[in-house]
Amino acid sequence: MNAPPKDLNKFLADQEKKTLLRFLTCGSVDDGKSTLIGRLLYDSKLLFDDHIQALERDSRKHGTTGGDIDFALLVDGLEAEREQGITIDVAYRFFATDKRKFIVADTPGHEQYTRNMATGASNSDLAVILVDARKGVLTQTRRHAYIVSLLGIRHVVLAVNKIDLVDFSEPVFDLISKEFSVFAERLGFASQVHIPISARFGDNVIARSEKTPWYQGPPLLDYLETINVDSALASKPFRMPVQWVNRPNLDFRGFAGTIVGGRVKKGETVTVAKSGRNSKVARIVTADGDLEAASAGEAVTVVLTDEVDISRGDVLSAPGSRPEVSDQFAAHLLWMAEEEMLPGRPYLIKLATTTASGAITSLKHKTDVNTLEHLAGRTLHLNEVGYINLSLSQPIAFDPYTDNRDMGGFIVIDRYTNATVGAGMIDFGLRRATNVHWQALDVNKDVRAAQKGQKPAVLWFTGLSGSGKSTIANLVEGKLHSNGRHTYLLDGDNVRHGLNRDLGFTDADRVENIRRVAEAAKLFVDAGLIVLVSFISPFRSERRLARELMGPGEFIEIFVDTPIEECMKRDPKGLYIKAKAGEIRNFTGIDSPYEEPENAELTIKTMEAEPAVHATNVVSWLEERGYV
Amino acid sequence: MREVAAEFAHPVMLYSIGKDSSVMLHLAMKAFFPAKPPFPLLHVDTTWKFREMIAFRDATAKRLGLDLLVHVNEDGLRRGINPFDSGSSLHTQVMKTEALKQALDKYGFDAAFGGARRDEEKSRAKERIFSFRTATHAWDPKNQRPELWRVYNTRINRGESIRVFPLSNWTELDIWQYIMAESIPIVPLYFAKKRPIVERDGALIMVDDDRMKLKPGEKVEERMVRFRTLGCYPLTGAIESSAASLEDIVTEMFTARTSERQGRLIDTDERASMEKKKKEGYF
Repeated sequence: MNAPPKDLNKFLADQEKKTLLRFLTCGSVDDGKSTLIGRLLYDSKLLFDDHIQALERDSRKHGTTGGDIDFALLVDGLEAEREQGITIDVAYRFFATDKRKFIVADTPGHEQYTRNMATGASNSDLAVILVDARKGVLTQTRRHAYIVSLLGIRHVVLAVNKIDLVDFSEPVFDLISKEFSVFAERLGFASQVHIPISARFGDNVIARSEKTPWYQGPPLLDYLETINVDSALASKPFRMPVQWVNRPNLDFRGFAGTIVGGRVKKGETVTVAKSGRNSKVARIVTADGDLEAASAGEAVTVVLTDEVDISRGDVLSAPGSRPEVSDQFAAHLLWMAEEEMLPGRPYLIKLATTTASGAITSLKHKTDVNTLEHLAGRTLHLNEVGYINLSLSQPIAFDPYTDNRDMGGFIVIDRYTNATVGAGMIDFGLRRATNVHWQALDVNKDVRAAQKGQKPAVLWFTGLSGSGKSTIANLVEGKLHSNGRHTYLLDGDNVRHGLNRDLGFTDADRVENIRRVAEAAKLFVDAGLIVLVSFISPFRSERRLARELMGPGEFIEIFVDTPIEECMKRDPKGLYIKAKAGEIRNFTGIDSPYEEPENAELTIKTMEAEPAVHATNVVSWLEERGYV
Repeated sequence: MREVAAEFAHPVMLYSIGKDSSVMLHLAMKAFFPAKPPFPLLHVDTTWKFREMIAFRDATAKRLGLDLLVHVNEDGLRRGINPFDSGSSLHTQVMKTEALKQALDKYGFDAAFGGARRDEEKSRAKERIFSFRTATHAWDPKNQRPELWRVYNTRINRGESIRVFPLSNWTELDIWQYIMAESIPIVPLYFAKKRPIVERDGALIMVDDDRMKLKPGEKVEERMVRFRTLGCYPLTGAIESSAASLEDIVTEMFTARTSERQGRLIDTDERASMEKKKKEGYF
């Protein structure tokens, strides 16, 4: 490493003053990202002897450089990667020079790992995009440049690597440089620098290469050491999302969080973004004593002068420039899951310290990452980017992503697998949300239900085609009707002739189908009716959506459980025969999944009794619980 | 850390007594001030830790007034697992990895803080800050949740858990500088002192108690040594050093030519062994 410091205290003081640059490297498979990082670590003398020995040993075993040290092996940490020779996850590396500290996110090049690249980009200030000089600008290069810009990175370096393999040719470099500039022009980077390098041999990495006399710019490391990426977060309006309420005893109530924008001083007025309530900062508490002021990046605990109702998810902000509050947004969305994004499906949305349920109400367009053109589409697949309208179950405080990453970036979480399935960036709030008010009515659900002498509810029959849903639902309705109850039956096939005639059978259409039926059922329940819904409704998420639309106790899920073999045998409409012959696509149970209910209120095993018996059981179940 | 306290029902902090744990604990004390950290400390004791570590552990918990849970794999003890006869690999598997899983299951913790850093080892470089574990505590490096901005996905189902690594982006030098700047107490073993040492397989092993049997030709010598990292004493190599103060240690670091985990005999006992251990549930 470096020579031992002569004056330790001075040395430590210098260390404190060093700025930190977080950057990511991205590029296509085999462009040499890992090799470049290995080279930076090696040439800046930051490798330990035991690492180098292990590297030499591994290079002989797996190396692709014919006995020379293969720097990529240093960085590709996971076993699978070493064997396949590609980087499949984000690896973080740390190094420092006399001028700066660096955190490098080494991100995957292969298309199926684009989401990992977005992950690396979300925490970086600069991107080094690698291009193989022999291959030029590829689809993947454009995609990476676009995603990097989408995630708000303002500075890029285009490193034209393997320049040694094109004989250090200036025309080759110029061509690539020009092609990239034309594409990147539309992405609005604050700065872009193009450098010809050879990661394997070190040309223009640490020092300027004699083999590229035509290149007048700085070598890569020089540039990384000196570029100013300051986003002036501290001069922006004050924002502190409350993470945790610190209440060790009755005399102390502090709001803990990390300041994500601006600064705050003792005595200043702050506003709770959602409620609009004002208070003054009484103390800024830290374990090392109270502070007079604190600014962006600091984790503090704020005590206010008044008893204001504040909990996790609230945002303390500057009174003069509060964040917007809305429950509907226009946003960019990058989809990160194998399972496609379905408009209307309920997801969890986490932004700063708030988690709310919400749905993508519409996909305005998809973006072709090669041309940046807008394409029409109904769903998003893995690694696709779209522009969406998002609707949440509750209003939240936010800023546009371009103003503040922490206040405008959100993740989308699947409600069943809990996986992170998408990353979104809010563009702006939709005004519509604040202007559509719920009309309060004098005659309400309770009054209507009382008049009919029943408790309104939805009996939601779910099961495979041919399982006997409609047969049993019909019988149940008949019994209720003859008992003088007020009912309505929504049947899958019948509704598709009218309300949902524009929908097909893709997953996206099935979600919309159920959403409309659930909304219609909700209106009937509001009218005081007992609604019977007989729909295959194959997905748990949508049945849950329907359940959450209704009040407590109003949703009764009835699983009509018939083995698929039996359904095929019955095949009342001849559909299974057609589906098996390939004449019908996306048929539930054949080439589209059915997700069985986990917590149905009632399960009907049709193999065990006649439909009339089951219908009687359903009615008794309702009677026992006071619905009728 | 506050994110964990706010989002999880039963968090715990894994406390290994080393310098990273000391820093992590110090950060927790600061993050929740004036309250105490709203979770207990858990130490998985292999029964082969340095005696000075155990003394320091108990003193620390007492000084800070924190709950300390100590878990030992009793089953492993009964089976007589030990680092000398069982080999480092089996010992670590049973007394650390298995023991940790037992402890997490026993108390039903849904989130566990660990002091691991990304700069320590290659497979740790890819670890998330909030790292998902299945109900059997397994780690699937190919199926990790993307982690964007500072927005952490804390959602889990019953039985699953999250390991949280607040020091992910710290380097060894950062740790020492912070210890100096904040005057954080650490185990005296980090400072050079004359200690009884045996040289075995090229490593300097401190004879911490009479369970260590000498092999033919081995002899105990008093040597001036210190430790860069702490684990089970029979598996932790010392380095010869005269660095007796924090200033000396930081100065020494700048001339170091080997990484800190080099003293850890368990990392190299099989190729890609850390990744393998992590998949099985090791921290």
